[in-house]
Amino acid sequence: MLLASLVLLPFLGSVLAALMPQDARNRESWLAIGVAVGGLAIAAALFPQVAAGEVVRAEFAWLPAKGLDFVLRVDGLAWVFTVLVLAIGLLVVLYARYYMSPEDPVPRFFAFLLAFMGSMLGVVLSGNLVQLVVFWELTSLTSFLLIGYWHHRADARRGARMAFTVTATGGLCLMAGVLVLGHIVGSYDLDVVLAAGDLIRGHELYLPALVLIALGALTKSAQFPFHFWLPHAMAAPTPVSSYLHSATMVKAGVFLLVRLWPALAGTPEWTWIIGGAGVCTLLIGAFVAIFQHDLKGLLAYSTISHLGLITVLIGIGTPLAIVAAIFHILNHATFKASLFMAAGIIDHETGTRDLRVLRGLRHKLPITATLAIVASAAMAGVPLLNGFLSKEMFFAETLQVGGDLNWWMSYAAVAMGMFSVAYSLRFISVFFGAPAQGLPRDPHEPPRWMRFPVELLVLACLVVGVAPGVSIEPLLHLAVVATLGEAAPVYDLAVWHGLNLPLLMSVCALVGGVALYVVLRRHFDLAQRERVPLIHRLNGAQAYETTMLQLTRGAEWLLRRVGTRRLQPQLMLMMVALLLVPPLLAGVPPAWTAIPLQGFDPLFAGMWLIGAGCALAGAWMAKYHRLAALALVGGTGIVTAATFLWLSAPDLALTQLMVETVTTVLILLGLRWLPPRIESITGSTQPAWRVWTRRGRDLALAVGGGLALAALTYAVLVHPASDTIADFFLLNALSGGGGSNVVNVLLVDFRNFDTLGEITVLAIVALTVYALLRRFRPAPESAGIPPQQRFEGDPASRQNPAEQADRGYLLVPGIYLRLLLPFMGVIAVYFFMRGHNLPGGGFVAGLIFAVAILVQYMLAGTVWVESHLSLRPHRWLGFGLLLACVTGLGAWWFEHPFLTTHTAHVHWPLVGELHLPSAFVFDLGVFAVVVGTTMLMLVALAHQSLRAHRHPGEDAPADGQGGAEGRRL
Amino acid sequence: MELVLAISVGVVFGAGVWLILRPRTFQLITGLLLMSYAVNLFIFAMGRLWVDKPPITPTPAIDPAQFADPLPQGLVLTAIVIGFATTALYLVIMIGARGLSGSDHVDGEEPRE
Repeated sequence: MLLASLVLLPFLGSVLAALMPQDARNRESWLAIGVAVGGLAIAAALFPQVAAGEVVRAEFAWLPAKGLDFVLRVDGLAWVFTVLVLAIGLLVVLYARYYMSPEDPVPRFFAFLLAFMGSMLGVVLSGNLVQLVVFWELTSLTSFLLIGYWHHRADARRGARMAFTVTATGGLCLMAGVLVLGHIVGSYDLDVVLAAGDLIRGHELYLPALVLIALGALTKSAQFPFHFWLPHAMAAPTPVSSYLHSATMVKAGVFLLVRLWPALAGTPEWTWIIGGAGVCTLLIGAFVAIFQHDLKGLLAYSTISHLGLITVLIGIGTPLAIVAAIFHILNHATFKASLFMAAGIIDHETGTRDLRVLRGLRHKLPITATLAIVASAAMAGVPLLNGFLSKEMFFAETLQVGGDLNWWMSYAAVAMGMFSVAYSLRFISVFFGAPAQGLPRDPHEPPRWMRFPVELLVLACLVVGVAPGVSIEPLLHLAVVATLGEAAPVYDLAVWHGLNLPLLMSVCALVGGVALYVVLRRHFDLAQRERVPLIHRLNGAQAYETTMLQLTRGAEWLLRRVGTRRLQPQLMLMMVALLLVPPLLAGVPPAWTAIPLQGFDPLFAGMWLIGAGCALAGAWMAKYHRLAALALVGGTGIVTAATFLWLSAPDLALTQLMVETVTTVLILLGLRWLPPRIESITGSTQPAWRVWTRRGRDLALAVGGGLALAALTYAVLVHPASDTIADFFLLNALSGGGGSNVVNVLLVDFRNFDTLGEITVLAIVALTVYALLRRFRPAPESAGIPPQQRFEGDPASRQNPAEQADRGYLLVPGIYLRLLLPFMGVIAVYFFMRGHNLPGGGFVAGLIFAVAILVQYMLAGTVWVESHLSLRPHRWLGFGLLLACVTGLGAWWFEHPFLTTHTAHVHWPLVGELHLPSAFVFDLGVFAVVVGTTMLMLVALAHQSLRAHRHPGEDAPADGQGGAEGRRL
Repeated sequence: MELVLAISVGVVFGAGVWLILRPRTFQLITGLLLMSYAVNLFIFAMGRLWVDKPPITPTPAIDPAQFADPLPQGLVLTAIVIGFATTALYLVIMIGARGLSGSDHVDGEEPRE
């Protein structure tokens, strides 16, 4: 539980942060600080167990059937990373409080940042590989949101998109790799996978798994050739760069490699893939960093290079190299985070990050300058600072590669060391020289607490650098033992190892780096140089953009060639497929025994003669006479309902009948807005043969489709039925569900979760219809009052609908239809009440009730009904859904699963014994939703005529008018 | 009976297919209505045909073979109601598209000849 709260806490904080007002900078940062401190406290509470070498696990069932559990586990490595994430996070939020300007929407910033913190902790603490990938993608997502935080800036949007495309694609590769790994091992549990190293390395799928996982890790850690996204991610606010893009998220890749080291490492493939990518990255990153003009750009490339260094160490893969890798991860996080913060302070104070402009800042920012210089020295690997120690270990490891003859790795390492000295010098050059003139802002020292995180981190660099044995060694030991287990080597974190080759390499790098910087500055115009020499053509970002462009073009081309926007060809293809695909898929039909068929009934045949005739005539008339077509289709509907009744489905018959009524009214309301048929006088411009070919083709399709379905229906009907779950429902409806109408019990009891889904869909559709109609603009020619209503000879045209019903030609229907309203209401109640035992139920009753109201609308018009009756269909919808859900949730109260039903037997005076199933309440919810849906849709549609009448001849009624009406509805 | 129902389902379905291949939105909506009748009847027929044996159980102890199959009935009942909702949605899109594009052609514009 403690572990779970560690991951949950930041997400909870994220939600809270999102809910705060725009200007709550202080409250936001206090919340974030609280989350980070709380997390650290939990980590501290876990420390004794972790220090004892225990692996603390917490498991929650996720998909037990698939062998997937939600596992959180913390060992030494995970613990150290957790502390890293939380501690840097704490400093970053403190820093961000002062960095973010009052105009920035801070709730969004802190919400994303805390969500990232939670995702990162999820990655670190996952004990299940699939779950790790989920959190991994979450970090990509939060990183995307944070890079694009200032989304009004094009570079932020571009950088965010690029970072997300690259890292999320890598994440998908990782997902695939993890699945392969799970296939090899037979489990996704991290502990099982780590213990199965030999099995994995010996498996034929080892290489695909390794490549896929490496793709995931290398994209995340910005390794060559995927490094280009990181510099573009610098469009993010500096706290984000400092936290995600130097200290934590980009470390996820190398963390994963260290994590899976016991399972995957130790083969030549591992060394070549991981090490190769690392060497390229380290050299390219360090070299390009020297020539950056943007402070953050320089730091970004240097981050790439340092990540490359870590990757090389992991690629070398000896136990000592892993120690150095973990050590450097920690060191880099400390000095690079502080450097980013210093760069942010410079940006914040001067208004620019351009190295070509910034100069002499030590006069105005003396303390910041000192801090940044110390941190840069750590980055360059100057002795007595933490960077020196891990770089020394790195040099020592490179000497091991290739034995005594092959020195290329050591040369690369020294070159990288020289480059890093050069770019560190370039970075601190902003503090020296004459004070710059004409800066956008006049710089002065930042607020005390903005500088505090930098001070703390620089102090950590110093302490680790001077006294590694007492400061960092215990932590490092914890992580190393957890990773390497029994292979953990003996190592010594001393500052002075005596005169040896690594020290010589360090000295070479330092001296060479200074010399390189001086030469570049004097002779190659470093300060103003536009392009990176030699490798400026190696532009990953350009390649990325080109690829994306080609992809888009390719997709467009494909769409043009094989796609169409026209509906008819699409539907035709669908129908052709419907005809052709099933026979291809179907095998040989099984042998069957003849079953007794129902005897031929001439009445049934006569009924369908009418039904099928209506369908054909409707198909014919749909082109010429819409009203007739609608009536004819309705005829088929009635015959369908009668068929249901005939064939022992009374519930279906009732529902079909009511739906038929409501649908007809609905379409009648819509017909008014359709244009008259275009009858061209000259005839079609298309040649007759084409028209007839098209019609012939469609006719063939229609006949083919009809024949196929008829044949299929007949084939099924003469087969004996197979055993289904139906018998269970029949046997248990009364005893288990407390109702004898099996169909109703099925809907509101056995399968009530489906029904809950269905009424939700109904509500959504109703609201969609309502929303669409609010924006509805009728075509100009159908907006006016129709000619029938304008005909002067008809006295009804001078009356409004209510007057027609009160005194006009609708007087007689008016009297008895109004009289009928209470009766129809009673019938609705009757059908509802008996639904559980006899045909009826919520659906039918709801439709009957809706029809009862509709009749009043049709009689006296919208205005009259709404002045006499306040309906509020929205509330019906809401009430119904709430009722259904609450009934379902009620089961939890009695510790049963969601939507479990219960039947109470109540003895009432006079009435007698009464069954009160909880499904009854659920059905009431269904009833309310059906009423709400039907009324909302029909009334919204009916209101359109009202709107159009009020503005005769006008194209678009005013927006406010529509809104006001919508509210009244 | 079986043959009559099968032929009827085929005829109604065929009429529906013909209509959804037509160019006008109203023809499409009628086609969809007809197709949904046919498909509902088809699904319903999966439970075979029963006369005078509605799935209403008077006592708990019954012989399931003496009652119509309730399962397709439950499915079709849901389908009818959802069909109504989609028809409404389609109708609104239909009149909305007509209002926006000025045409009742299914592609939102009169075909170029």
